[in-house]
Amino acid sequence: MKWRAIPLSAWIGLAGIAAALICALFAPWIAPFGEREVVGDIWLPMGGDFILGTDNLGRDLLSRLIYGAQTTIFVALAATILSFSLGVMLSFTAAVVGGWTDQGLSRLNDLMMAIPTLIFALIVLAVLPQELWILVLVMAVLDSTRVFRLGRAVAVDVTVMEFVEAARLRGEGRMWIIFREILPNTLSPLLAEFGLRFAFAVLFLSTLSFLGLGIQPPEADWGGIVKDNKDGIIFGIPAALIPGGAIAGLAICVNLVVDWLMNRTSSLKGGRGDG
Amino acid sequence: MADLLDVRNLKIGATAYPPGEPPQDITIVHGVSFTLEKGKVLGLIGESGAGKSTIGLAALAYGRGGVRITGGEVLLDGENILAFGGRGIRDVRGRRVCYVAQSAAAAFNPAHRLGDQVIEAALRHGVMSRSEAWERAKYLFSVLGLPDPDSFGQRYPHQVSGGQLQRAMTAMALCPGPELIVFDEPTTALDVTTQIDVLAAIKRAIEETHTAALYITHDLAVVAQISDDIMVLRHGNTVEYGPVQQIIEAPQEDYTRELVSVRQIQKQEAPEQSDAVIRIDGVDAAYSGHFKVLHDVSVHLPRGQTLAVVGESGSGKSTLARVITGLLPPSKGAVTFKGETLPPKFAERSKEQLRKIQMLYQMADTAMNPRQTVRDIVGRPLTFYFGLHGGEKTRRVAELLEQIEMGKGFIDRYPAELSGGQKQRVCIARALAAEPEVILCDEPTSALDPLVAAGILKLLMRLQKETQLSYLFITHDIATVRAIADSIAVMYQGRVVRFGPKSQVLSPPFDDYTDLLLKSVPEMRIGWLEEVLATRRMGSAGH
Repeated sequence: MKWRAIPLSAWIGLAGIAAALICALFAPWIAPFGEREVVGDIWLPMGGDFILGTDNLGRDLLSRLIYGAQTTIFVALAATILSFSLGVMLSFTAAVVGGWTDQGLSRLNDLMMAIPTLIFALIVLAVLPQELWILVLVMAVLDSTRVFRLGRAVAVDVTVMEFVEAARLRGEGRMWIIFREILPNTLSPLLAEFGLRFAFAVLFLSTLSFLGLGIQPPEADWGGIVKDNKDGIIFGIPAALIPGGAIAGLAICVNLVVDWLMNRTSSLKGGRGDG
Repeated sequence: MADLLDVRNLKIGATAYPPGEPPQDITIVHGVSFTLEKGKVLGLIGESGAGKSTIGLAALAYGRGGVRITGGEVLLDGENILAFGGRGIRDVRGRRVCYVAQSAAAAFNPAHRLGDQVIEAALRHGVMSRSEAWERAKYLFSVLGLPDPDSFGQRYPHQVSGGQLQRAMTAMALCPGPELIVFDEPTTALDVTTQIDVLAAIKRAIEETHTAALYITHDLAVVAQISDDIMVLRHGNTVEYGPVQQIIEAPQEDYTRELVSVRQIQKQEAPEQSDAVIRIDGVDAAYSGHFKVLHDVSVHLPRGQTLAVVGESGSGKSTLARVITGLLPPSKGAVTFKGETLPPKFAERSKEQLRKIQMLYQMADTAMNPRQTVRDIVGRPLTFYFGLHGGEKTRRVAELLEQIEMGKGFIDRYPAELSGGQKQRVCIARALAAEPEVILCDEPTSALDPLVAAGILKLLMRLQKETQLSYLFITHDIATVRAIADSIAVMYQGRVVRFGPKSQVLSPPFDDYTDLLLKSVPEMRIGWLEEVLATRRMGSAGH
């Protein structure tokens, strides 16, 4: 890979993601104050000791933001990767096997999609114990229905191609057909969807936290910080907007990188000629 | 008499985007000149990439998808239409110069009636009133030999056959009474038995209406029937330009001579023998349980020989291949391989049984995974069937590439980096890698240019001589059959109407369908079309 071939937009995206990841990994060393440490008066303005000011309990907002990156990125990434693994596996199996397997899986998927995601998540999370892995799992399963839809649609297009028929006639197993013949040819739409889904996962987690069923206080997460500081907006205090901006920034950065990856995977060389 | 169309030193360029490099300006047509008189037909002929369609569209002062006309003049009745502005050129297109595309099915709007589409250009340009246009459309329908000329215009595109649609498109081009029509491969996508009708209809319509035409095709035999002059193109250059007689009977250039003689490969028929590799006994097959496509088909393929299965689209010849491979289990009858009955479904066959029957597809493009290199494509059967890895595998892949006359320089290329003929060769290498006894060839040469196709046929024949391979060769092209077959099965509407050694099948007395099929194959001879139309026994099957 040539470094020069990477466009500026992708560099911006990569830089943004790198910054967020560094914050997440080295939070205790970077953050000027502790995650739960009350350091001053509530809603202090920006500047001075507190670069971004303080929050509704007088904690340093920058430190909360840096610690929040940890949870937000970890949970959203884990949920997205899990939902993709699940969705792609099931949808490709449905497309390759066809017949009743396809019908069964697809109708089950329709059933899941018929229930509004947020309400589904709220009910399930309210019933189950509040643990991180359960939260990740619920987000992943709910998101995988969308991945299934897309995955099945693109895989069906590819399964009818003659090179897949040739592989079947060679006697190849199902796993080979899914991972070697179909997956490489569906990477472009799936990658695009990955970027989008990751951004949605961040937003969804934020929504859940905002409603009180996501990450539990006093642990920091970006959606939770928005919730904590939402009342400040009435008094003209921008503390809630800063984590909101961080969410938007991360989502944009991920999509910039995904756009570039998509161009690469759909380029003429080894691509389907639509680059 | 003044020339209607006078193209002088036409130069056409485009911008190429090679991967990983800055865009480059390339020239597609390097200064081509020709003239066309009123009421005459000029045939433009060449292989794909020769620039013939690009030149055809330039007669409408149009460049498709980033193509630019960079130099020269296109004089229509003495006026340079390249210098016309937007309004001026719109007045030329669709009124004075019309265009007939290759795929009529894609060119018609499926949501509107044929008649409305046929008269649209004439109305739009204000050439005639609606009722006049309808009268003219009906007249053209009858000249073009379409059924029920009075009500034909009421139908929708999906309600008529491919051959009829192509004729409707010719009517659409003729309706405004243009001075010039550009035909872009109008019969290439049609069956031979349909092609001849369309060809005859176009010829009659051009004569009736005294319209001049540019006729673009890659088939010299077709263009010989319809043109007055022929221009042979290659890589955007004129190779030879002259009257039909001279090009067909006394070609000056080597390339033209090759084109004229390309259909004359003949294989010496192998002696009949009873040792059959594949035997198909009384096979019936149906799609989704009730739509029956094959009726009581029985043929056999002797060892080391080629059985050609001939027929038009819909005759069930590809379905026969699907039955043999096990993709479509027969509802009756059986397929035996060297005396042992094969399980009807491919999933129930052993690896060894699968290995011995390999398949070659018509579209090499879709038959190879675009994300795999030649090494992976050809190497996979080696790993899968013989467990070869690493250096051993690479060596064997290189050997196979040598065998298909490509060399190991291609080993790390992706399919997108190969030409059409090379792609088909890689597919052959993939089939050979499995060391099969039978290769089912489903029209492997019909998407290729004639010279490239001849190369593939020669390669297949050489491989047969060296390794005693047997081929079941599906095709609609009689010239290909003559070139490679030992025995022939003629299929019509799911039945084998004629089966036997080549010499026997291709000599009289014929049944009606074989007669029609043989007579429909264009011959490289002027006046052939008229002769055939005079002596045909059976109406075209395409209706």
